[in-house]
Amino acid sequence: MEILERRAAVTGIGQSEIGRRLGRDPLELTLDSCLAAIEDAGLERKDIDGVSTYPGNLTAAPGFSGAGVIEVQDALRLKLNWYTGGPELPGQLGSVINACMAVACGLATHVLCFRSVFESSAQQRGVIPKGRAGSGYRADGFMAWTLPFGAASAANWIAMVAQRHFHEFGTTREQLAQIALNARKNAGRNPKAIYRDPMTIEDYFAARMITTPFCLYDCDVPVDGSTAIIVSRLDAARELRRKPLRVEAVGSAIHGRPSWDQWDDLTTMALRDAGPMLWSRTDMRPADVDVAELYDGFSFIAMAWLEALGFCGKGESGAYVEGGKRIALDGELPLNTNGGQLSAGRLHGYGFLHEACVQLWGEGGERQVPGSPEVAVAAAGGGPLGGCMLLTRL
Amino acid sequence: MTEKPFRILPRVTPQNEHFWKGGADGELRFLRCQACKHYIHPPSPLCPECLGKNLAVETVSGRAHVLSYTVNHQPWIPGVPLPYTIAIVEIIEQKGLRLMTNIVDCEPDAVQIGMPVCVRFEQAGDVYLPLFAPETA
Repeated sequence: MEILERRAAVTGIGQSEIGRRLGRDPLELTLDSCLAAIEDAGLERKDIDGVSTYPGNLTAAPGFSGAGVIEVQDALRLKLNWYTGGPELPGQLGSVINACMAVACGLATHVLCFRSVFESSAQQRGVIPKGRAGSGYRADGFMAWTLPFGAASAANWIAMVAQRHFHEFGTTREQLAQIALNARKNAGRNPKAIYRDPMTIEDYFAARMITTPFCLYDCDVPVDGSTAIIVSRLDAARELRRKPLRVEAVGSAIHGRPSWDQWDDLTTMALRDAGPMLWSRTDMRPADVDVAELYDGFSFIAMAWLEALGFCGKGESGAYVEGGKRIALDGELPLNTNGGQLSAGRLHGYGFLHEACVQLWGEGGERQVPGSPEVAVAAAGGGPLGGCMLLTRL
Repeated sequence: MTEKPFRILPRVTPQNEHFWKGGADGELRFLRCQACKHYIHPPSPLCPECLGKNLAVETVSGRAHVLSYTVNHQPWIPGVPLPYTIAIVEIIEQKGLRLMTNIVDCEPDAVQIGMPVCVRFEQAGDVYLPLFAPETA
């Protein structure tokens, strides 16, 4: 079986302004990141013949989707041979995995992938708009099983997974804190990060509780911003501005029930299946990874990805991150080198892939992982969403 | 008990009505496959085990145990008294027969994984929310 994703490469990246309550048109932010990525790849917009995005143009949750394929195609007058956008994917990076397959199969040559959010501006009036309270609004779909019990946020749902992990494996808040502390330390070296002031374990324990065992610093920070990634067919990538980053393997599996609460093993999530699938498609091993960018929408999710990707055994992520040295910039497995979503901002999955590319291209500046990293893993999603990618320098 | 907390209610459909309204009779009800006896939740047009379509609503004991929980302190929904305990409980009749709920009549500090709990219903509009309290309460 040919591992088709190896015909794909990342050739350019771009990011808009990122900030709290920017109040800018989310389509404008999206176009900023898209044009930056196209230029970064050394391409022009006429070269883009594919577009892929997550979650498409959804309006259900405030600020969750800054733009869909249609707005971007029309704004840039792109001539497309292939496109897709939607929420039913193996996590946010599922849209990039789709792009890899499109170029591998010859449906497109250069695919523009993007993810935009404006949650910081849109959530100023709360996650559940006040107008809904008492107005006859009724919860549908999955939310019908959670909202009536006040379980309004993924924070609540993931907190119960963390709590079960604590119960079965003796994981502690001190261990969980290392994900947040490490992110903040790295954010201090990233000029685009939202929260850069040093944070201590005392600060962590002094923070207000959101939903046990998660305090404020276990939850990512909503922002406005957009990230774009260019995926090119490898044979069309070699003449471009940058050295292409080859996609070595992807993971997109989900074998359990696609649900936050009906998942069979409540100490883990869909990522449990996506991680092993990635390793089944390459001869590389976790020990070959030089830098890991793992989704931390909530701190615990990064720990769950560490287990799912085999950096440690099941239930062992607490001990793995203990003390924080191993996951530090100069540690055995540098983790979330830009500050992750916890401190750099919730760019919702794409930020991790963007940072993996920055590190492999050696452009991390003050936060550059020493030793010229050659292999990076980027992983995104929690709950029933999970997708991951292994990238290598050619 | 203090004043009833504000609740965002589920949309009642022909498919889920047995679940949300069984509390009117003090009963916790699920769809059950009549061929292989598998309880199905959330409701589905066919049995996920044997693909049988002969499904009927049946009443369970209402006894369960806590699989996991979280004490929520964040005011996601305006007007809801804080904190409150959210849990995933497993109904004793079948491994994996679970639902999200609130643990009531129990201090948040006292909730534990594995704790036996029992259903009690809170009427809210036209639905009866299945909440769970410690079996000893």
